[in-house]
Amino acid sequence: MNIKKGNILIVLAVVLILIACAPILNKIVGAQNMIRSSDQESPPDRALTVFAAASLTDAFKDLGREFEAAHPGVQINFSFAGSQVLRMQLEQGASADLFASADYKNMDLLISEGLIVPNSDQDFTINQMVVILPPDNPGNLKILNELSMTHIKLILADPSVPAGNYARQVLTRMSMDPAFGEDFISAVLANVVSNEIDVRQVVTKVELGEADAGIVYLSDVVAVPGLITIPIPEGFNILTRYPIAVLRASPHPDLAGEFIAYLVSPAGQAIMESWGFTTGE
Amino acid sequence: MSSLPRLVRRTKKVDSPGWVFIVPSLFLLGLIGLPILALLWRSANIRIFPFAFTESAINALKLSLMTSTLCVVVSILTGTPLAYIQAHWSFRGKAFLDVMVDLPIVLPPSVAGIALLMAFGRQGLFGNWLNELGISIPFTTVAVVMAQVFVSAPFLVRSVRIGFASIDPQLDEAAKVEGASSWHVFQHIMLPLASRALITGIILSWTRALGEFGATLLFAGNLEGKTQTMPLAIYVGFEQGLGIALVLSVVLLVVSFVLLVALRRLELKDQH
Repeated sequence: MNIKKGNILIVLAVVLILIACAPILNKIVGAQNMIRSSDQESPPDRALTVFAAASLTDAFKDLGREFEAAHPGVQINFSFAGSQVLRMQLEQGASADLFASADYKNMDLLISEGLIVPNSDQDFTINQMVVILPPDNPGNLKILNELSMTHIKLILADPSVPAGNYARQVLTRMSMDPAFGEDFISAVLANVVSNEIDVRQVVTKVELGEADAGIVYLSDVVAVPGLITIPIPEGFNILTRYPIAVLRASPHPDLAGEFIAYLVSPAGQAIMESWGFTTGE
Repeated sequence: MSSLPRLVRRTKKVDSPGWVFIVPSLFLLGLIGLPILALLWRSANIRIFPFAFTESAINALKLSLMTSTLCVVVSILTGTPLAYIQAHWSFRGKAFLDVMVDLPIVLPPSVAGIALLMAFGRQGLFGNWLNELGISIPFTTVAVVMAQVFVSAPFLVRSVRIGFASIDPQLDEAAKVEGASSWHVFQHIMLPLASRALITGIILSWTRALGEFGATLLFAGNLEGKTQTMPLAIYVGFEQGLGIALVLSVVLLVVSFVLLVALRRLELKDQH
């Protein structure tokens, strides 16, 4: 009987330890797939955690370095993923200071759930869609109409990913034009060989030549110089505005505000433009 | 479920293992058990269960079962002979071969996916030739099976190899003296004696293939009905809403559980 009593005590002790560990466990979950923008040896005074859409990867890393240089003792940790993944992580209690989304849908959800500091959200850049081809153009594509030819292998982002949604909107707009015809969208979608789970995967696979074409953000192309691009005319293109906001759970709301201020300053906007983004009209 | 009471009975026979064993075990059991419990608990509270069996979910389940079964068949047909060679013959470069076969076990699946693309992708080392013959592997169901075999077959080979190696070599020699051919010895002596190791290998590789995500995503992509297996559907579902992902996860959990129990029963039966 003594042993059994001991067993129960041990079980209780373990449960208590687990409960005590819960906040730490929460932190560990929130800290997943962090990318440090610099390797500082000394521990930083303040660390800013930024959850940003995958399409912002290169531009934000660049911005982060500049911001750290201007703010000694500050370290920025980025977590880049599809906006919908980041939104889900934040809903599940991941801890971050800022959220930069590739669309309004995910930002609005967080606002309605009360996870955003009221009125802290603002647009900071604009992106647009472009058709990309591998450097050696295996599908021999020259104009947009040829995307519907049966031998073409096309990769898009999944419809649940903002870039995948925009790509389909572009195709819908084209189909409404007699130059492409009503059947254009269904013919193009029949050529889709994969719906990638984030837009960067589309770029990489097209760059590798695994498919003949992909539809991605213009900003994705800057980092991959070899890609051939076919621009999408303004009438069909989707201009996507990126909102950024401070999270209510932010440990450093002031610093987060400073980051946004830097982002929308002429210096910050210049960096965004160098990565293929455009500023507001 | 049938193996559960068995385990309980076994622990009753001996006295309590003592806290030195119990406490660390509880931590591990908590880490494995609590997430599974939470998954079941959360999905039980969701009213969308009937809606989760959409056409795409059923397509994904069918594809997962089909590809993982095919994967296991390929692994048995090619992995068993390989394991036999590894267990029974020594030759130059054998150590290298052993390491190469075990390598996928420790490789992250994403590395496996990139390696497969580099080899069999359209611009890949060998994919280049295949492409000229009009064969393109990426983004096909064949690519799904290849990714699964790459990551899961080594589990089978490893298990069967150990099974073969533990057989008394004198048996082999005695049979050879009696005039039995290599194939005969393999078929009538070695294979039956190693059958338990083979079943263990099948369990490990089948369940690993069923759960394959990273290599499939990179090498085969994600297209419903063609390359979107359950794990991919779960990931995409997670992006659309927690509910769908939860329910799909539970479905995969149940399928894996049933498979595991069925094969374990076979394993235990074989023990007697």
